[in-house]
Amino acid sequence: MTVLKVDNLTKRFGKFTALDGVNLEVKEGEVFGFIGPNGAGKSTTIRVLLGIIKATGGQVRIFSKDAWAEAVEIHKRIAYVPGDVNLWPNLTGGEVIDLFVKLRGGNNQSRREELIRKFDLDPTRKCRTYSKGNRQKVALVSAFSSDADLYILDEPTSGLDPLMEQVFQECVKDAKKAGKSVLLSSHILSEVEKLCDRVGIIRQGKIIETGSLSELRHLTRTNLLVETKQPLTSLNELKGVHDIEERDKDLSFQVDTEELDSVIKHLTQFGIVKLESTPPTLEDLFMRHYESKGAGGVS
Amino acid sequence: MAGSIYKNTGSLSKMIIRRDRIRIPLWLVGIAFFTLIIPIAFDGMYSSQQERDTMAETMQNPAMTAMVGPGDLNNYTTGAMTTHQMLLFTAIVVGLMSILLVNRHTRADEEDGRIEMIRSLPVGRLSNVNAAILVLAATNVVLAFTTGFGLYALGIESMGLEGSLLYGAVLGVTGIFFTGVTAVFAQLSESSRGVVGYSIAVLLIAYLVRAVGDVSNEALSWLSPLGWVTQTEAYSANNWWPVLLMIGVSIILFILAGYLNAIRDLEAGFFPSRPGRKNATAFLQSPIGLAVRLQRTGTIAWAIGMLVMGLSYGSVLGDLETFFEGNEMLEQMLVAKEGYTLTEQFIPMLMIIMGILSTVPPVMAMVKLNSEEKKNRIEHLLSRAVSRTRLIGSYFIAAAVNGFIMISLAAIGLWSAGTAVMEDSFSFDTIYGAALVYYPAILVMIGAAVLLIGILPKLTSLIWLYVFYSFIVLYLGGLFQFPEWAGKLSPFGYIPQLPVEDMKWMPIIALTIMALVLVVFGFIGYKKRDIEG
Repeated sequence: MTVLKVDNLTKRFGKFTALDGVNLEVKEGEVFGFIGPNGAGKSTTIRVLLGIIKATGGQVRIFSKDAWAEAVEIHKRIAYVPGDVNLWPNLTGGEVIDLFVKLRGGNNQSRREELIRKFDLDPTRKCRTYSKGNRQKVALVSAFSSDADLYILDEPTSGLDPLMEQVFQECVKDAKKAGKSVLLSSHILSEVEKLCDRVGIIRQGKIIETGSLSELRHLTRTNLLVETKQPLTSLNELKGVHDIEERDKDLSFQVDTEELDSVIKHLTQFGIVKLESTPPTLEDLFMRHYESKGAGGVS
Repeated sequence: MAGSIYKNTGSLSKMIIRRDRIRIPLWLVGIAFFTLIIPIAFDGMYSSQQERDTMAETMQNPAMTAMVGPGDLNNYTTGAMTTHQMLLFTAIVVGLMSILLVNRHTRADEEDGRIEMIRSLPVGRLSNVNAAILVLAATNVVLAFTTGFGLYALGIESMGLEGSLLYGAVLGVTGIFFTGVTAVFAQLSESSRGVVGYSIAVLLIAYLVRAVGDVSNEALSWLSPLGWVTQTEAYSANNWWPVLLMIGVSIILFILAGYLNAIRDLEAGFFPSRPGRKNATAFLQSPIGLAVRLQRTGTIAWAIGMLVMGLSYGSVLGDLETFFEGNEMLEQMLVAKEGYTLTEQFIPMLMIIMGILSTVPPVMAMVKLNSEEKKNRIEHLLSRAVSRTRLIGSYFIAAAVNGFIMISLAAIGLWSAGTAVMEDSFSFDTIYGAALVYYPAILVMIGAAVLLIGILPKLTSLIWLYVFYSFIVLYLGGLFQFPEWAGKLSPFGYIPQLPVEDMKWMPIIALTIMALVLVVFGFIGYKKRDIEG
């Protein structure tokens, strides 16, 4: 079942087109990774999802309801963590958490206490004394102590230390286990790789790639490290081979996934002593999309 | 390495001047203008010594002494009158300027992490606080000379060169004194709110100590720096020693601030920060509770202010008859009506002032929604199960209730003090009714703010222009003989002037409907637009 569906979403601010036909879909029980560089339109998309700004064109439906017109109904089942958490300097963290939980509806004190302990937050301090990471913890505690069906998280870990990032990842995994859906916008690709079932990549207001990680990997290159009995020759003449590097006796290079078969056949002629293959990381994927100029990306 | 803790103070001073290149001149021009216009007005209004003596007689009561301090009432020249009635208040405004500006460049910058960036550069540990003190001291010196020579240049007979320079100097050193006070609190308190709060508390306590001292025991006034201000008796005795005393104390404060700054850690303070509540009260857990809570301190301060204002106006009602007799200009400002006493005719003028001033806190409460939006805090609420109508509605209700409380407190203050000093006093209904008729106009002003927030959020501050316009046109309108339509551009221009005029229900009903229409359109606009930030 689809929890969130964005069809051909366009958003213009005056003459500037921030979003240009964005399509997204998040299914029930799925963790969806939303990645892209600064200014690509991640936060704008999320603000449209939340009904805080109005789409210029296209359709945005969450729980089969319109994100703008039925925002309040939708928000009863949503928990949101902004990337840049601005809080009221004269309220304490505890007060803000209670306010947020109450405004969404619902009240789970034991969960609140547990999360405050896990995230190691002092709720009696005024928000003005909190660091960026601590303000983020306030937003995370209030989000995860509410019983939402969809979590929208906009770069939620940018100020957290590795230990707290671990806690955050557990929270997301728990939510997934409970059958909840998560939209996770992030810069930390290892985090997305660990948590997300599917990924969408946005660039200059357009989604240039979506799919499961394995699908995306299919479109890209595999890293190979080989040692052969006879010296490898004419490798650079083969189609789909990139970035050849010599390391001692070994040779490392990348192969386009669709050319893998022919390259391996070629290698066997030289007598393989060692062959290591690693799948591309999300980072490789990401970098390939952003290094290439054209919006199309994959060649 | 003695010089290294002051390194680059000069560059930082230049940066402060650059950042405040508009703010500081605005303060200076404002204060100087205000200082210079008053003696001109006094000279025109009370042109004969006889008129001034009448004024002096009116001033001769404990309530006035508590308010403005002692004065040379036996020789009440225009100069003495200016010093008596204006010097203390102007000094308070100058003190306020110093407090706000010093805080802005010390603890506020530190709290926002800007000092950390500065300190990572080759800059001395004490450079920033010294730069702030230096710039503010220079600002106050400029203020002293401009007002001093400016007053002399007015060419009013009783305002000689020495008196004028002393008058300016008192203002300047008061500013320097509060520069020192704020610089010390900027070291002690951990938050910029705390710095401003403690510094203004010192200012108020100084005022109150002086008020009590001037009425009961003069020795007590000597404990207050604002007591020293009145001790100068510019244009009469011309005492210079309070100025020297103030400079001496300021230097001690500067040294203390520097010392405290040197021994503390960056972003730390000496006052321990109290832990707050672990849980929100039930009251806080709604948009309206949040709106009220965020502005709690400010609202309480305004409420006390309105009550005190009512009380102080009420306290002069007893002496009004003698005061007004024979003063043409003041009579011109009143609604001349046969069959009413001068005091009764004076009430509508007080009500206009109280009505418009009561508009300021509720409009602030409403406009707060806009500043919350700019600070990206509104999205926390709107991303939860809070509709836009509920959000803006909560702020509107908070503002409407706020306005009602403010005007009520002012009226209650006026009535209580009036009853205490008058032989033949007003009934509570008369005064409260005369004040409350202004409530629909206040609602229209709040409604105009709602409309701006809903439709033209970037221009929300225009509402202050409208409030200011209303004040000028209606308060000074009688004096300057503005055409009648100028007053009708403000909702306050339609209010019946009780108790001198009869009650008219039409404008009251029309204004209430008008307010509702504005609010509804504002709500619709707010529902439709993008949230910014």
